[in-house]
Amino acid sequence: MKPERLPNWENSGGVHEALAHDSAELHVSGEARYVDDLAEPPGTLYASLGMSSETCAEVRAIDLDPVRRAPGVVAVVAAGDIPGRNNVGPVIADEPVFATDRVEFRGQPLFAVAATSMELARRAARLARVDYRPLEPVITIEQALAKGQFVLPTLKIGRGERRPAGSAMRLAGKLRCGGQEHFYLEGQVALAIPGERDEMQLYSSTQHPTEIQHLAAAALDVPDAAVTVELRRLGGGFGGKETQAAVYAIAAALLARATGRPVKLRADRDDDIVGTGKRHDFLYEYDAGFDEAGRIEALDLMLASRCGISADLSGAVNDRAVFHCDNAYFLPNLRITSHRCKTNTVSNTAFRGFGGPQGMFAIEGVIAAIARRLGLDPLDVRLRNLYGDAPRSVTHYGMTLRDNVLPELLAELETRSDYRARRARINQWNVSHALIKRGMALTPVKFGIAYTATQMNQGGALVHLYTDGSVHLNHGGTEMGQGLFIKVAQIVAEEFSIDIARVHITATSTGKVPNTSPTAASSGTDINGEAARAACRTLKERLAGYCAGAYGVKPEQVLFAANEVRIGNAKRLEFAQLVREAYQARVSLSATGYWRTPEIHFDRNAFQGEPFYYFAYGAAVSEVAIDTLTGESRLLRADLLHDVGRSLNPAIDRGQIEGGFIQGMGWLTMEELVWDAKGALLTHAPSTYKIPVASDCPPQFNVWLWERGQNVRDVAYRSKAVGEPPLMLALSVFHAIYDAVGSTRASRDPVPLEAPATPENILRALHALAH
Amino acid sequence: MRASIDFLLNGERVSLAAEDPTRTLLTWLRESRRLVGTKEGCAEGDCGACTVVLAERDAGGGLSYQPANSCILFLGALDGREVITVEALKRGSTLHPAQQAMVDCHGSQCGFCTPGFVMALYAHYKDERHELGDALAGNLCRCTGYQPILAAGARMQELRKDESAENSARAARLAALPDESTLIRTSNQRLFAPTSIDELAAYLVEHPRATILAGGTDLGLAVTKAHRDLDDVVYIGRVAELKAIQTGDPLQIGAAVALAEAHAHLGAIHADIGELLRRFGGAQVRACGTLAGNVANGSPIGDSMPVLLALNAELELQRGSQRRVVPLSGFYSGYRKSVLQPGEFIRSVRVPPLEPGARFAAYKLSKRFDQDISGVCAAFHVGVDGTTRFGFGGMAATPARARHAEAAYSGGIEAACSALAQDFKPLSDQRASAWYRLTAAQNLLRKFHARVAPRALLELEA
Repeated sequence: MKPERLPNWENSGGVHEALAHDSAELHVSGEARYVDDLAEPPGTLYASLGMSSETCAEVRAIDLDPVRRAPGVVAVVAAGDIPGRNNVGPVIADEPVFATDRVEFRGQPLFAVAATSMELARRAARLARVDYRPLEPVITIEQALAKGQFVLPTLKIGRGERRPAGSAMRLAGKLRCGGQEHFYLEGQVALAIPGERDEMQLYSSTQHPTEIQHLAAAALDVPDAAVTVELRRLGGGFGGKETQAAVYAIAAALLARATGRPVKLRADRDDDIVGTGKRHDFLYEYDAGFDEAGRIEALDLMLASRCGISADLSGAVNDRAVFHCDNAYFLPNLRITSHRCKTNTVSNTAFRGFGGPQGMFAIEGVIAAIARRLGLDPLDVRLRNLYGDAPRSVTHYGMTLRDNVLPELLAELETRSDYRARRARINQWNVSHALIKRGMALTPVKFGIAYTATQMNQGGALVHLYTDGSVHLNHGGTEMGQGLFIKVAQIVAEEFSIDIARVHITATSTGKVPNTSPTAASSGTDINGEAARAACRTLKERLAGYCAGAYGVKPEQVLFAANEVRIGNAKRLEFAQLVREAYQARVSLSATGYWRTPEIHFDRNAFQGEPFYYFAYGAAVSEVAIDTLTGESRLLRADLLHDVGRSLNPAIDRGQIEGGFIQGMGWLTMEELVWDAKGALLTHAPSTYKIPVASDCPPQFNVWLWERGQNVRDVAYRSKAVGEPPLMLALSVFHAIYDAVGSTRASRDPVPLEAPATPENILRALHALAH
Repeated sequence: MRASIDFLLNGERVSLAAEDPTRTLLTWLRESRRLVGTKEGCAEGDCGACTVVLAERDAGGGLSYQPANSCILFLGALDGREVITVEALKRGSTLHPAQQAMVDCHGSQCGFCTPGFVMALYAHYKDERHELGDALAGNLCRCTGYQPILAAGARMQELRKDESAENSARAARLAALPDESTLIRTSNQRLFAPTSIDELAAYLVEHPRATILAGGTDLGLAVTKAHRDLDDVVYIGRVAELKAIQTGDPLQIGAAVALAEAHAHLGAIHADIGELLRRFGGAQVRACGTLAGNVANGSPIGDSMPVLLALNAELELQRGSQRRVVPLSGFYSGYRKSVLQPGEFIRSVRVPPLEPGARFAAYKLSKRFDQDISGVCAAFHVGVDGTTRFGFGGMAATPARARHAEAAYSGGIEAACSALAQDFKPLSDQRASAWYRLTAAQNLLRKFHARVAPRALLELEA
């Protein structure tokens, strides 16, 4: 169903159509160009970072002469060679590009080398002689808590007076979830091309071109305006190229400045995994008071995350965990302590969900424990704790839910997935099978949409019309596979009512749209789509104004429809003809567009406000089987029902839901980051760090968009952000495993299962429960 | 004797005499030929982004099409083959069915893994020996969750076209490639690719320190990750005698036979062996990697050795004209060390059939079912006369038999499980802790005893 269109006046490729990704044919033919694929200018050099081999040490001396003397080496830069600021910290300037007198994690960059080939650069980077005085490192969350070592001051918030001790039932315990490597298939890469005077053109695989521009300009000690960052697409981001791309781009820029030649820096996969931040792992302690029906009356929750050596985005990530530790549940009395632990590990960063998954992990663990204590089906405990009508509609940060569809959505999923009958069958199976046990869980997701840093909720676009009727589309968002570019192009096609084939999508560039926000927080379509829409409306007004003058009608009598323009009742012009006429009449055919998210506000000191524009909702049912002798598990069936509002592109949205779910399943089951006691990351390659493969998909996989979905906010044609929320649907997989492990023993103790639920962690939980 | 590597690239004849033969195909494609459709994801053969298809003439006179990881494939190993890259699939503006299906099914998001998936699908389209899921298990995608790619695999079959003319032309081009031995010398390196076993044996006696290259799925990492200079390499992939499989008692698998080719023969011995090999690497690794290479490499977590130990397999070794046969159980002398003498090489792996009435099972435990390296791997054999052979991987510095547990088994399953703790003091590492390894190894023995099939979990339906 198309809004604002006349019957029988169709153009192809407007909003709500299931179009293919704009680059699909280029992807499959190998013609899509990523940064490493761009034709290199003559004389291009290749760079590699020299990284610390110590976890925590004083650097007494660095001898780079062996690096300089190595075959093919043209230049080496270290901290002392940086003309400007030696900083990559995005929020707080607390992390250097190159370490100076102290290294704080194994893999921290010390210098960069440029050589005539990638191989020679990588070989040379290993030749530095560094004199370290090793210091005692802090690796784990527990060690950091014991030392009181944090990257940011501890946050304490709460509401309500009642404490857990005041309830009839009380349960306390610990939970833990692991981190996650992004494993974007395209590793970190940048190409720096020096220009005239102080100009620098940077091609960077980044979700945040503006930040790269600012940090590189500061390092080079040149104005922001001298640096342009451009990219057409990323080979995956997932949060891992928001701040983490900076060091590679800056190092390439410094070497390009030093040599006057183009420099490419592409990280080897192992170096990339060692050297870039990941999803934060968390440790939790809870103390819950509840009634005999399982309703939570009071909860004390301690969250502690491993942040690594610097603040990076850890403040906002941990805040989002705090915002989402209610998930879908009303918690009338709540006290939260959030510790952001400083450790001698790589600085952890954004990862799809941005702390939200870790917040939800905590409350879902508490709910599961309560259900077990009471001998109830966890679904019933979840339903009883859902947000509802006032006063049960206000979050712990003071935001009233106005769009809560979960009671309705959960009821529908319960029916569609045949939850109750399957629960009975699973119970029956578990009675009659000793070795293989089954489990099932239904978990909801409520995810707040907007950057919690309010100033970032703005987007810009630039739209040109050419006299052949083609449209040049540019905006501040980056395309990393999520389908942002096709969605925005659909909005533009819809606005002009032209075929989408006329809309030419162009590379993101800080020179076209400045001061952009990162493509993050699931907000890409909302802020960039609305900005592009604003630009289109400006142009349409000018064109309508031209028609009014030229043809003697009122502007509101000019109607854009199906590649034509109707001027009053008599006149029709083909779209290109109109643009040509407007050009002849000296009408400006280029417009910027701008949008900022309205109505949001947040007082960080009080931790109160309306930080989110709206919420995205979804729920999933997963059924698993586990082998109680080996701890192996397998997902047998998953049923996903997700609210994307009125989908802008159902094919793209489905891809985000399925992909997010499987990525979340990886986080909670097989993806395990292992550091040794000395702080070396042992899982630094796909041979040791395992993300899901095709055969890990459940044999029965039902994915439904919520048909009644409708954003209460008038944004992006009433669609909803979809990038991050579906990842958290995978909590159902973890809790299905929890359920299966729990079925082995009738005790009412919580199941001591840690995430990721690897075979080993499952077997440990089985043993702990049995003994 | 030639002095060049001769192969085909997308139909074009290529003869390389000055390239370092251990340069990887991927860097050559991207840097020297500007064919940048093939991507580097990991440079260690674990993600599939760099997948190309290798076509060659098979023993039956037909063509085989196999996927391969170009990131760890040496140029020297291309001799006599055709390399097909993603750039070759599109005809004019018409996409190949493997490509069109991916578009139709929304199989790409960021698109970086996509050329690799397209080539894995293309290999499957050309040579459907395995299930689609197995054909794709060597390719990682971080965006889609795989549903649309699996759908594309089915859709591709609906779009199937007749390619027999193209296949015939390719067969003719391959037949025209030279097939005598070749010796390439560059400023850094020497690579000898003999075509007969006598030449190989003589060369190794003269050059006992030369590195033997078969599939290169492990050796490739010495170049891409350790940045080692391999200055003297012998490629055995063109030695006819080593590419042969002799059926019978014992089954003899030549040292240059790829795991993909040995799969059916070994799987015929017992279904569990077929299942274990199905889970051995991805299709790309099995297409290049060899059984003998896995054995010779001697990794304590190599997946084929526990099975071979339980079957009491032997190795046929050769030095010069001298041959000897050693049992695999006596082959390893320490961590990645063996009884191979300088100049000696493995000629074949000799696998006896299962004794009639014997009980056998093989299990592999890993964090991910497919394309992962074992935490623990175990194979159990109990003959009708009660003889026991329990082979384990991941439990010690070498793959090894559990002699105490074998002896104790006649006294009952729990006695055997206790004895296993005398056999092994496993290590803790990133794959599993010592506790898990020993506990799970004991439990695998219990599963074998209780006759639980390894696929019991995988075959469950919701």
